[in-house]
Formats: sequence, C-alpha cells, structure tokens
Amino acid sequence: MPPENVHERRVTIASTVGLHARPAKLFAKLAAEQPAKVTIAKEGQEPVDARSLLMLLTLDAKGGDEVVLTADGDGAEASLDALAAELQTNRDAP
Amino acid sequence: MTAEMTGIGVSPGAAYAPVARLAPVPAPPADTGPEPDPAAALATAKAALEAVAADLDERAEAATGTTADILDAQSMMPRDPALADQIEQALANGRSTPHAVIDAYGFFRAALEAAGGYLAERAADLDDLRDRTIAVLLGRPMPGLPDPGHPFVLVAKDLAPADTAALDPDTVVAIITEQGGPTSHTAILAKSMGLPAVVACPAAAALADGTEVLVDGGTGLIVPDPEPGRVRRVLDAEAKRAAALAASHGPGRTADGHAVQLLVNLGSQADLAAAAAVDSEGVGLFRTEFLFLDRETAPTVDEQVDAYGQVFAAFSGRKVVVRTLDAGADKPLAFVDHGDEPNPALGVRGIRLARTDAGSSLLDDQLTAIAAAAEKHSAEVWVMAPMVATPGEAAEFADRCRAHGLPTAGTMIEVPAAALRASRVLEGCDFASLGTNDLGQYTLAADRMNGALAELLDPWQPALLDLVSLAAEAGREAEKPVGVCGEAASDPLLACVLVGLGVTSLSMAPSAVAAVRAELATRTLADCAGMAARALHANEAAEARREVAAY
Repeated sequence: MPPENVHERRVTIASTVGLHARPAKLFAKLAAEQPAKVTIAKEGQEPVDARSLLMLLTLDAKGGDEVVLTADGDGAEASLDALAAELQTNRDAP
Repeated sequence: MTAEMTGIGVSPGAAYAPVARLAPVPAPPADTGPEPDPAAALATAKAALEAVAADLDERAEAATGTTADILDAQSMMPRDPALADQIEQALANGRSTPHAVIDAYGFFRAALEAAGGYLAERAADLDDLRDRTIAVLLGRPMPGLPDPGHPFVLVAKDLAPADTAALDPDTVVAIITEQGGPTSHTAILAKSMGLPAVVACPAAAALADGTEVLVDGGTGLIVPDPEPGRVRRVLDAEAKRAAALAASHGPGRTADGHAVQLLVNLGSQADLAAAAAVDSEGVGLFRTEFLFLDRETAPTVDEQVDAYGQVFAAFSGRKVVVRTLDAGADKPLAFVDHGDEPNPALGVRGIRLARTDAGSSLLDDQLTAIAAAAEKHSAEVWVMAPMVATPGEAAEFADRCRAHGLPTAGTMIEVPAAALRASRVLEGCDFASLGTNDLGQYTLAADRMNGALAELLDPWQPALLDLVSLAAEAGREAEKPVGVCGEAASDPLLACVLVGLGVTSLSMAPSAVAAVRAELATRTLADCAGMAARALHANEAAEARREVAAY
C-alpha cells in the first residue's frame, strides 16, 4: 500500500512509437522540471525514475500500453496532471 | 622508415600529404579500483560526463532540424541521473573510475539490446558516448575526425557513416582504412567524392600522424616517406590521367561503336548541380529517400513536385530514372509504423511497403508528384520500383504508373527471384535495372552491414554476375533495356564485363563516368564478351578480377 502522501495515476500512452525517441525525451525533460519525485512503471514491473531518459527507454513502453505514474512530495497532484497530459499527447502527430 | 604497403584500391587517383589519423577509441587502463575516495571519484566522473554533454550541446546548436533533435537527446544521456546512480554503485563495488563508467554504460547497453529493434540501434550511441567519456577521463582527444589545419591523408581502422558525414573534401586528399572492403561505406563515399582511397590495408596501423605518404587509390599502393623523384613521377602520371579523363566525352560506346548509355546515380539535392555538370546521358538511379527520411511528417505532393522538378530541370532533355521510395524497417520513416522486424533487410521494405494502407497512399502521392513534375519539364522521365520479387509485383507497379500518366515503368532487380524470372518480370513492365549492391547481399546471403563478410559482397562474385547475365539475356530477348545501377558499374573493368554480359546502360557515381567511358572506348564488344566469359569461369571474386585484368 502506498503511503498517504504518495499519489498515483494510470495513463495510456498515446504516441504510436511508444515512450521512445522524441516522446521519451520530452517526457523526461518535463519530469525533471517537476518539484515532486515522479516514477513510472509498466504493470507488474519495477517503477523507474521518470527523469531518466535511459530508464524510460529500457521500460520499452509501447503506444497503447498502460503505465502507472506515482508522485511523492510538494505539488504531487499538479506534477501528475502535467505528466499524464504529456503521455496522452500523440507526439508522432505533426 | 616504414616499408611500402598495399591494400585494395577502391577509388582511383593519387595523392601525397601527411597522415592524420581518426582519433582512436582510447583503451581504458587496467582496473585500479577501489578508488580511495569514492565521492571524489564520482565527482570526477560526473565532470567528464558533463564535458561530453556540453560538447554535444555545442554541436546541436550548430546543427538544425533532425540532427539537432538527435544531438539534443544524446546530450541528455550523459546527464542522466540513472547513469550517475549506476556509476556510484560500481564505485561502491570497488571499480576504478573509468571502469565504473564502462560498467554503467554497459548496464544500459545490455538493457537496450535485450529490448531489440529500434532500441538495440541506440546501443551503438551509448558506446560512442562511453568512448567519449573515457577519452575525457584519460585527458585524450574525443574520438572523431582530425583537424590538423592543412590537407591530409585520413587514416582510420574503419570509417563509420557518422565519421564521414563531416568530411571536408578540401582538406582530406585521400583515405586509407585498415579494414573494410570494395563495397564498404568508405569505398562508396570516396568514389562519390572522387577521393583516392585504399581499404583493407592492415599494415596502415603502423602509419603515424605527420608521416608523409604517397597513396595510389587505383593500385592500392601506399608509400611512406617516398623519394621526391617518385612523388613527382606519380603526381605527373596522375595529372596525365586526370587530363585524359577530362578529354573523354560524349555518349558511351565500345571501340567498335556499340552504344552503352552512361548515367549517374543521384541521391540528394545537394549533389544535383555537380551531377548535372557531368557529361552523361542522364540519371540512371534517382533515389528519392532524401525527401522522406529524417523528418516527422510525409512531404506534401507540392513539396515533392518542386523537388522532382528541380532534378528534371537540371537534366532537361536527358533521361531521369526515378526510383520510388525505398524505405522500411532498415530505413524507418518517422510517420509510418514499421512494427518490430527481427530481420529488416528481408522485411517490409521498398515496394512491399505499398501493401500497407499508409505505404500505398505514399506511393500514390509520389507517382502523382512525379507525373506533375514531368509534365512541367522536358526530361525523359522513367519510373521504377525497388525490391520487386515477382512478375505480379512488377506488372502491378507498371499499371499503377500508367494510371498516373507515367508511360515508362520498370523494375529494380535486386531480389534473386526477380533475376531468375527476369523474362516474366519484363513481360509486365518496360525495363529493368540491376541493383548490384542488394542483389549481391541477397545472392550471397551476406549482410551489407557486416564488414567481416566484405569479400562475399564483392561485386565481382561470379554468382552475382550469373544473375546479371540471366537478366540481360531476358532483356535482349524481350528487346527491353536492362541496365546496372550499383557499385559494380563504377569499376571500369567490371563495367566492360557487364557490357559483355549484355547490359544496355551503366549508372554510377558521377565521378566514375569519365574513367568508365575511357576504358570502354578501348575495348570492342567482342573483347567485353571475352572478359565476361573469363569472369563467369572463375570460382572466386578475386580470381574473376585477376583473370579479367590479365585479359
């Protein structure tokens, strides 16, 4: 059970290429700007640091996959809002 | 004084200049860990990573578009918090600083490789970043092209496409590589730039920076510290050769007047002016990928009409053979989902892409644009499809071209099946063009990217020439043109062999046209047939080359 100050969000990845290449880069950059510490995980797998492009790539999340974001610390809800919105944007589209 | 050495000459011409080596990947020292002060060691490693990232930032600023985007993503990797965590852990496990860095990159490399596909390709990026970081830690220059400030002979173990992208033909006068083969990236690039080049010369490992060398890219001979008299003789001969080539002009023909169209290969708008200035009968292979790769959205029809129109205008009154888009999982498009292909060279590439809805509409747009551009200009526009395997595919493509108002439609022959059944393939279309690079890869079952198999990819392989012979014979019977566009056509002797086998046109790097024309003019058609018979009689590529050279 997550402690009470840890917030969680389930999001489906919109970009067709998945969380790779440019979508992963944009997501990691946005995560690094957040005051809260955010992790991202695929169902049943270890969560990884959302700021780490390398860890995001090894996560190998594809378009349509559901991922779990967790945020801990100041502004956790706002961070989740921003990062969830980023994942729900199709970055393949022009 | 270092002795003379020889490799395989892959691009003719002679040059004399000091050696500058491609800065090698630094060998890490033995692991001296554990570090006495792990915290200080981590700070040192982080500073080195930051230096690598800052260098990438600088280059990203100088670049534009996709290149800038890629470099920007690359610069995030050395700064990645997870990478620093891995280094910290390796230091805690008792590794020395360089080895902790190697371990940390290795951790992510293994993870990316395990994921396969697109991610496995990124693994090579990590190797490059690792080598750069180690170079900074050891106080060595970062691996890459040298810049000695004067013309030089570039010497390297091998050259990667990334190394050659930035090559400046004003300062690099010749290229020598220890590895590589006649169809390696280095050979193709050197030929297209008209730079003398020698590959597969392991002895070149002994050439040090600053050593003056005389290089002959025709014979493959390299002479370190040559006598002044010899330099003068070789450079005089080179000047004569250049003058003889410059004097050769007009349409290609054998000594007894048999006409062979000499055409150029064209792959980008940047090369257009130089390609059009060459004395040729047109373009035998206009690769259109440059319009589609390295961008996030497909080019519009208007954009394509404009780009094709520029080429047709530059070749006004001459022939231009446009090859439709050859993309696939090996040359992925950002705006098409190629899926995961474990074996991209055998996957959905070339005309096969048109089996998908997205690929089919890309092809329709492209044919629409080619037809519209052809309408506005007076070039004789032919169209051909890449990676055709069956007569059905060839006929279907030709029908589609005609429906778009493009009367002359043909087939690339680069799949052995299409060569074996060339007569059926030619029933449904107007001409064929042999892509000997891919045809060689598929005939010999040897990956073009695998340097260890270079000799199997040699265009002199008799099995490859057998297939050329079959296709040319089918063309003769059907009275339809069958040409060659591929590295094979750039080699003057091999070009004569191809003519002897019955091909009707040769399309090559623009810089190769004059030498091929000059060689062809010294041989009768019967000579060419005799050379072809010798080549087909050989068992090995090297034997075929030797036998024909002695003809």
